[in-house]
Amino acid sequence: MSTLLVSTRKGLFVVTGAGADARVERALFVGDNVTLTTVDRRDGAWYVVLDHGHFGIKLHRSDDGGVTFTEIATPAYPPKPEGLVDKDMWGRDREWATKGIWALEPALDADGALWCGTMPGGLFRSDDRGASWRLIESLWNHPVRRKWNGGGADHAAIHSICVDPRDPRAVVIAVSSGGVWRSPDAGATWTAHTRGMKAGYGPPEQAEDPENQDPHCVVQAPSDPTVFWCQHHMGIWRSTDDLASWAQIVVEPSSFGFPVVVHPRDPDTAWFVPAHSDQKRTLIDGSVLVNRTRDGGKTFTALRDGLPQAHAYDLVFRHALAIADDGDQLGFGSSTGNLWVTDDQGERWHAVANHLPPIYAVRYA
Amino acid sequence: MPRVVFTPNLQRHVACPAVDVAGATVREALERVFVDNPRLRGYVVDEHGALRKHMAVFVDGQQLVDRAALSDAVTAGAEIYVMQALSGG
Repeated sequence: MSTLLVSTRKGLFVVTGAGADARVERALFVGDNVTLTTVDRRDGAWYVVLDHGHFGIKLHRSDDGGVTFTEIATPAYPPKPEGLVDKDMWGRDREWATKGIWALEPALDADGALWCGTMPGGLFRSDDRGASWRLIESLWNHPVRRKWNGGGADHAAIHSICVDPRDPRAVVIAVSSGGVWRSPDAGATWTAHTRGMKAGYGPPEQAEDPENQDPHCVVQAPSDPTVFWCQHHMGIWRSTDDLASWAQIVVEPSSFGFPVVVHPRDPDTAWFVPAHSDQKRTLIDGSVLVNRTRDGGKTFTALRDGLPQAHAYDLVFRHALAIADDGDQLGFGSSTGNLWVTDDQGERWHAVANHLPPIYAVRYA
Repeated sequence: MPRVVFTPNLQRHVACPAVDVAGATVREALERVFVDNPRLRGYVVDEHGALRKHMAVFVDGQQLVDRAALSDAVTAGAEIYVMQALSGG
C-alpha cells in the first residue's frame, strides 16, 4: 500500500492507494501551514515542517506513521559576529535567522542524522533525529555564500539535497539563487558545480558565475549517481559526468518549470511539469501536462491523459512532484489544490482531489 | 509580581496559561516564564531573543518599545499581554 504525504497551506493530507484507487485517508495539522515533509526509511519516522507565521517555523516528528507527533528543535542561526558585513541584494543587513525550511533529507552516513536546507541559505545537520541542529559553518562562512540572493523569495534558500548512493558522506545541494554545490566530506568542504549553466537575468559577463545560477530543483539518479537532472530558472540541464559539466536540454512546448524527478532504476527517464515561462507563471494554453523523457532528454512525451486540457491554471511547485520507489507511481499537486497520481509512469493520470488547499510538496512515505 | 497573559491563538500550539512571575523588565518576566515552559520560547521570540516580527507585546496597554532586547520596565502590578499582530495575516 503506497502512502503519499501532501503538504498544503492548510494541513497535511495522507493519501493511500495507487492509481484510480488513491484516496485522501487522513487530514493532519488542519488549519496549519505545512510546507514540507520527509520520511526516514531507516526508522520510519515522518518529519513535518510547519510555518506558523506569527509563531515561526516548527518541526514535528512522528514515530508511528502519523498517529502522534512530537515537536522537535528548529534549526537556529548563531548570532552574526560584530562588524561582519553580510548584506542582501538591497543592501540591507542579512538577518541570521531561520525564515523557512526548503529541504529536509536523511543524512545516510549516520543513524538518525538529517540534513536541513533553510532560508536564508544555511545548511544544518542533526545527529539526533532533530533534537538539536548545528549550522554547517564551512558553507555559511564561504565568501561566495554572501553573494547568494533570493530566487522566488527575498532570501536565498537551499531546496535540494542529494545524498550520494556511492558514498553517504558526499552530499550535493542546490540553492535558489546560489548554484549547485558539493561536499565530499559530510559538509567539511564545498565546491561549486555549475559549468555549462547560464543565467539570463543578470549582466552577460556574469551569466556563468556559480552564484548567479538559479536551479529550481536538482535530483541525482539513484541507479547511476554520475547523472544529475536540473530544472533551472532558464530551462532544463543534465549532467552525465558527475557534475563536471551540465548540458542544456530544450523541450517543447516549454522548458520552464519547477520540479523534476528521475526514475529510481533508469537514469535516462525523468519527468518535468512545465509552466508557460518565467514571464508568464501559468500553464500553456490552460492545459496541464507532464513531460517525460526516456532517452536522457533527446525526446520528450507530453503526458496529458486524465489531466485538464482547458482553462486550468495550476502551477506545480518544486517539491510538489514525487515518484515512488517502484518507479511506476508518481503524484503531483498544484497551487490550486488539485492532486493527481499515476501508477503507469504517467500514461494515465487520476485526480485524487480537486479542492485541497494550495499544495506545496508531495512525498511518498 | 507582573502578570503575563498569552494570546488564545497560541494555546492551540503550546499550553501557556496566564502566570504571575517576578521581573523588572519584559525580558526578565518572559525569561522566567520560559524556564517553566521552554517550548514556548520559540513561539514568542526568535533564536536571538528578539520578539518575532508579527508578535506584539503590550505592558499595561502600551506597546513594547524595545523589540530586540525587551528592556521595557514593568512594575510589580503590571499586566504583560503577548499577542499576535494583525500584520502577520
